[in-house]
Amino acid sequence: MPQEVGKQYSELLRKYITHEDETDLYAAQQVSRKFIEKKISPEEVISLHKTSVEQIFPDLALRIGPSYDFLIEIMIHYGLALMEHQSLVRKQEALQIEMDVAVKVQDMLLETTVPKVNGLDIGVVSKPAKKMSGDYVYFIEQGNEEACVAVADVMGKGLPAALCMSMIKFGMDSLREKATEPHHVLEVINQIVEKSMDDSMFISMFYGKYVGATSTFTFGSAGHEPALLYRAEEDRFVELDAKGLLLGIRKDVDFQQKSIELATGDFIVMLTDGVTEGRNAEGFIEEDVILGMLRDVKNLPAQQIVDHLYTELFKMQNYMLHDDFTLVLFKKE
Amino acid sequence: MDNRSSVEIFTEWDIVAARQLGRNEAKNSGFGTVDQARITTAISELARNIYLYAGKGKIEIDRLSTDGMKGMTIIASDEGPGIPDLRKVMEDGFSTSGGLGAGMPGVKRLMDDFKVESEVGKGTIITATKWLR
Repeated sequence: MPQEVGKQYSELLRKYITHEDETDLYAAQQVSRKFIEKKISPEEVISLHKTSVEQIFPDLALRIGPSYDFLIEIMIHYGLALMEHQSLVRKQEALQIEMDVAVKVQDMLLETTVPKVNGLDIGVVSKPAKKMSGDYVYFIEQGNEEACVAVADVMGKGLPAALCMSMIKFGMDSLREKATEPHHVLEVINQIVEKSMDDSMFISMFYGKYVGATSTFTFGSAGHEPALLYRAEEDRFVELDAKGLLLGIRKDVDFQQKSIELATGDFIVMLTDGVTEGRNAEGFIEEDVILGMLRDVKNLPAQQIVDHLYTELFKMQNYMLHDDFTLVLFKKE
Repeated sequence: MDNRSSVEIFTEWDIVAARQLGRNEAKNSGFGTVDQARITTAISELARNIYLYAGKGKIEIDRLSTDGMKGMTIIASDEGPGIPDLRKVMEDGFSTSGGLGAGMPGVKRLMDDFKVESEVGKGTIITATKWLR
């Protein structure tokens, strides 16, 4: 330990013992900050204190000296705990940097563009609860006539999840040229995922395809949350669900496929369980609450509807997302 | 002059004996109170590891004097199960999180030089040195 620091401590202590003035305690606080900066360990501070006390009260030295030795012994472990803590903090900073790189890779890998389709208004919001999302949305556009969308929830997080998503993307891209049906897309992606990912990785996925010429929406689901269909004329919601196993469990799975026709003002909400399983202080947010919110803003453009829903649910959850949150809305103009 | 002294570790009381030996040696070598406490804590941790994981072993203390540098070395040896994953026991948070004490990273920090040789099924030798400044 630098001698000058020791001298400063000793003088300050002597001054304080004489006057018991708050000013000296304030100065002591500054000294303590300097000690931390210079990485002086707790046991060294006590040793310094011992030396200072012995100088101030020489006749007490023999009697109280051992009590400080005792305290030094006790503080050794505190010093070690402090050093360990500092090293863990540095390690965490390094991990943070790696994580930021992974997030960037994920963003780049999973970028998608919202299609522009005649007569269809599309809104999308997808917010990760932590840095890396387990939710995935990917669009495919076919001229101005068709739009396909996958809304998936990967059970698992981080890089493995991101790799899984890139498989979904690869699967969809490789099928884009053929006029592929949703059940077929799900079958192909299931095979890719089943073959490539380990057994702990499952994906639920909703896949939909809108064809402008006929205003039809064809969909299939791999164990995913049902989508919601709003029928403007009847002012009521209907669940859109189709039978199908989660992706990645079995090699050969048949996926049910259904079709509906959209009328003006109708919209479809595709979501992940981060939306339906939002929690507030009283428990899960009821589905009726979500439907009520949708009804309130049903006449707004698609993007504004999903933004509104996200903002309101985020507020209800006390500004915290417990799970990744994804909403995609197809509205027939 | 014999520069080496040692304590066999069989029971928990032997840990205290090893500490005592280490403290005396440290004091005689001219280490200050804080370094005495550090060296003793390191010996304590190493002796305790022998007692807990190997059952029996030995703590040896060498007084060093080379090239005008003075110091002391602790050698903790046992013929216990050995350490299967050295990297793991040298990681921060591994032993402290389980409340096992300062652990190997702690001993490494308390001393200046630190070396482990371990073979599964054969035993472990840990050598740790502190230099007098």
